Amino acid sequence: MSNHRIPDAPGQLINRDVPLTFTWNGRRLRGYEGDTIVSALLANGITITGRSMKYHRPRGPLTADYWDPNTTVQVGDEPNVRASHRLLRDGMNVSAQNVWPSLRFDLKSANRLVGRFLTAGFYYKTFMKPAALWPLYARVLGTFAPGGVVDLDAPPPRNDKRYAHPDVVVAGGGPAGMAAALAAAQAGASVMLVEHEHQLGGHLCWGDDTDRAEAARLAHAVRAAGVEVLTDATVTGRYEDNWLAISQRGLPGIDERLIKARAGVLIVAAGTIERPYVFAGNDLPGVMTSGAVRRLITMYGVKPGNRAVVFTANPSGDAAVVALEAAGVTIAAVVDGRLGGNVVAAHGRNRVRRVTLADGRRIDSDLLITAVGWTTPTSLLNMSGDRPVYDPEAARFFPWCPPDNVLATGGLAGDGTTEQLVAHGEATGLLAAARAGVVRHRLQHLTRRAEPVTTPEPAWPADERPPLPHGSHPALFRSTTHGIVDYSEDVSSKDLVQAADEGFDSVELVKRFTTTTMGPSQGKLETVNTVAVLAEARGETIEQVGTTVWRPPYAPISLGALAGRIHEPVRMSSIQPWHEAHGAQPILAGQWIRPNHYGDPESEVRNTRNRVGIIDITPLGKLDLQGPDVPKLLNLLYTNSWNALPQGAVRYGLMCAEDGVVLDDGVTGRLGPEHYLMTTTSSGAATVWNWAENWLQTEHPDWQVHITPVTTGLTSINVAGPDSRQLLERLTNDIDLGPDAFQYMQVRTGTVAGVANCIVWRIGFTGELSYEVHVPSGFGLFVWEQLLVHGQDLGVAPFGLEAQRIMRLEKGHFIVGQDTDGLSKAPVTGLETLLKVEKDDWVGKPEVVWALSRGDGPRIVAVQPTDPTVVPEEAAQIVAAGTNQILGRITSSRFSPTLNRSVCLAQVHPDVATPGTTLTIVLANGTRTTAQVMEHHAHFDPEGSRLRG
Amino acid sequence: MLLVPCPVCGPKNAAELTYRGETHSRPDPNQATPEEWRSYLYLRDNPAGWLREGWFCSSGCRTFFTLERNTTTGELREPLLPGNKVAGRPISDGTEP
Ligand SMILES: [Zn+2]
Repeated sequence: MSNHRIPDAPGQLINRDVPLTFTWNGRRLRGYEGDTIVSALLANGITITGRSMKYHRPRGPLTADYWDPNTTVQVGDEPNVRASHRLLRDGMNVSAQNVWPSLRFDLKSANRLVGRFLTAGFYYKTFMKPAALWPLYARVLGTFAPGGVVDLDAPPPRNDKRYAHPDVVVAGGGPAGMAAALAAAQAGASVMLVEHEHQLGGHLCWGDDTDRAEAARLAHAVRAAGVEVLTDATVTGRYEDNWLAISQRGLPGIDERLIKARAGVLIVAAGTIERPYVFAGNDLPGVMTSGAVRRLITMYGVKPGNRAVVFTANPSGDAAVVALEAAGVTIAAVVDGRLGGNVVAAHGRNRVRRVTLADGRRIDSDLLITAVGWTTPTSLLNMSGDRPVYDPEAARFFPWCPPDNVLATGGLAGDGTTEQLVAHGEATGLLAAARAGVVRHRLQHLTRRAEPVTTPEPAWPADERPPLPHGSHPALFRSTTHGIVDYSEDVSSKDLVQAADEGFDSVELVKRFTTTTMGPSQGKLETVNTVAVLAEARGETIEQVGTTVWRPPYAPISLGALAGRIHEPVRMSSIQPWHEAHGAQPILAGQWIRPNHYGDPESEVRNTRNRVGIIDITPLGKLDLQGPDVPKLLNLLYTNSWNALPQGAVRYGLMCAEDGVVLDDGVTGRLGPEHYLMTTTSSGAATVWNWAENWLQTEHPDWQVHITPVTTGLTSINVAGPDSRQLLERLTNDIDLGPDAFQYMQVRTGTVAGVANCIVWRIGFTGELSYEVHVPSGFGLFVWEQLLVHGQDLGVAPFGLEAQRIMRLEKGHFIVGQDTDGLSKAPVTGLETLLKVEKDDWVGKPEVVWALSRGDGPRIVAVQPTDPTVVPEEAAQIVAAGTNQILGRITSSRFSPTLNRSVCLAQVHPDVATPGTTLTIVLANGTRTTAQVMEHHAHFDPEGSRLRG
Repeated sequence: MLLVPCPVCGPKNAAELTYRGETHSRPDPNQATPEEWRSYLYLRDNPAGWLREGWFCSSGCRTFFTLERNTTTGELREPLLPGNKVAGRPISDGTEP
């Protein structure tokens, strides 16, 4: 690597005492600690770092910074790594992307020969017709995908999230950004300084000794002042109320962290980005911006070539000449754009060999350096609602009027000496700290119930910063030849002119048609050149054409960082370990995991119907209601009457929303004079809790009711079957379980298996004699095991959700959300006696009253197929015989082991809801079968004699 | 993301609350015509300017409150307690299957 490295010098970030080894396409190479992948490659004489997306042209470093479009590589199992930014690590396996079969002999570069098919809008033209060939087109287009290879066996990335609430966030750690952060911190603000490079300093890092000394002074002062400095981090988005997305990389043990920061004031100090120049051959390896060579030489000690032509129109180009000379590069020619000089073309196949100038000279060189001007990365201002304006004198855009809590400083806002930039940054930091104080005061005032505010609101500090001057700069965008505008998308100026010729008169349309600015650099390098080329093609000015709107993200962010860790909780009852140990097949129901069955649900049904079974029903929603006005709340939420519920009784209730649609159902029991327990469906537990709170807080704040959710506080076990009483009697001594002492639809509190404060109620979802036992959850597993031990001789066995679903269907109990849907008004249930029209007020009453009087809504009916072995699929359509006219659908269906036949619930049109009606059902395989509407919802024991026994 | 001033918790991200929409008073359920009732259920003014809207601090203190927000400027006025008049729509915390 010797002849590509220059001697050690101040400013270099590499540590020559720590050599590193890595591989490039399998070849073993060496670099130093502090190198980027690209600086190490160049130090090894490697100048081709990738192939372009469409034409597979060889590409090398162009800007040698985060935005470089030509240096995206694969590192191990990680694709799409920005090699000009990513620091070299020992043992890295680096390879080129988008090459086949190899980087040097790339067969797809034949695309260069068929380039005419790949011009503007080729996605929309070439690959449209005939549609029959779309699968082929998809394969062809797939070969253009420029990304790397995702290794599905690689361990998943480690991503993290963090929330932050700084007074001031400064985006950009150059001289102005550092000065702003320092001033704001010294004024008492909490400050976060976000820099996307690995060190603070901005352009001072590749400046002269004085520049670097100033950078070091500011960086030290910033840290000493308590500013939180994030390097290798980017503010990627700004949203309402200064909600900021910050992507942070390079943390130990974490691949990428997404910081969600709520800033009082955002300071945008993103600096400027050097614009590439458009001319023939401008994407050849060896064509670089002045910033690229200054960075490579000053920061990494890399000599980027041997003989350079420098096209300069500003001090950065002049400084590049000085840096190149110092690095021992021969300066073949300096072409001054301020004096009318120009570059026409670069020639060569895999590397610049010769340069043609506008004056006709042809000069041999392996480097062509351009310094033609700056793009202001105003993205964060655009996201704040600003529309930056173009200054033709300075040949770049400037901020216009961002909102009051967003301030711009540094190169983004104007030009000047380092002292001027620092002074502007300081003024901006002070203003930001003062405004952040007012923002905080306003928020506290708005929420002074939460935190009292005693001081009056301070005045809003006016922006009295003396503006930075706008330096003049020649407008240099494209030479007299055509070249690449968007390197990542392989879009040339010719494509843009063609798009304009085809009538695309809006820059937003041209963007989508040609895909210019849509690649990984997100327009940072391409947008202004795109606009300039279009303006020229249409004979307009840049102001007239306008720009595309910069949207989030400012820089790409990985999907993993957006997802972060998975914090979704899994809920389970205290009995779950027992279920797992006894072969339960789990089923996920919402957040709950619960046993679906223990091997054979039909035998679980038979055991429960004939002897006794127990089921863990802990997910059942449970709300503890206390207070004198609970009956008022129950009367409001349920459709039926709750005035005379005696202590010790439970009652079934149906809930509607205000549009009359069934919302939930369940039983509520009265435990004490002012104490009730409400149960809801398992899936509706959270909704009903919110719903009840909502009515209490908004419509009836005067009612005295206190609601406590106790779903997980109580483990719920249903003991069901003819022998359930006998089993429970063995475990209780303070509850009289006698049939007359403890009747159907009653509730008792007492001790079960020695566990006090249990709630037992006698209801019958399964249709059997059954007791629901609600146990303080710490004792749930104990009581469950006691039931099994003490019921061994009775044949007690657990049953799961599936057996319960079969039994409830045998009994014809509908399930809200299964047998009803989002349009099912309460009369669908057939529970007219529960719809108390005479009750003064209940939620949804008007719609239910009107629906009842119309009588035209669908009905839930029990249905039995004529062929008892046919189990129609749930959601199978019910049609009029001989036609496809839909009259309803099957909502639940199972084979009943008790009746040895199929049983269903269905929602049908009222005309076919009469018992005895024959229905036609279309099965999923297209065949039709018939079924009978039953007299009762219950297929089994319609009189309910078993559960009342 | 909007920063919502919860009267109990203080300022919170909108994602920690549930938006309840424009507030409308509930008509007398025994007197309302179908037109009045459905206007209460479904019709919203959607003004450009000051709007009274309901919020529910669903991931915090569980307070229902009303906020006055200018839909064009983003300006907020002090939240109102207790409650408001937007009871009519059930809310889900999104955890149901
Ligand atoms: Zn709150």
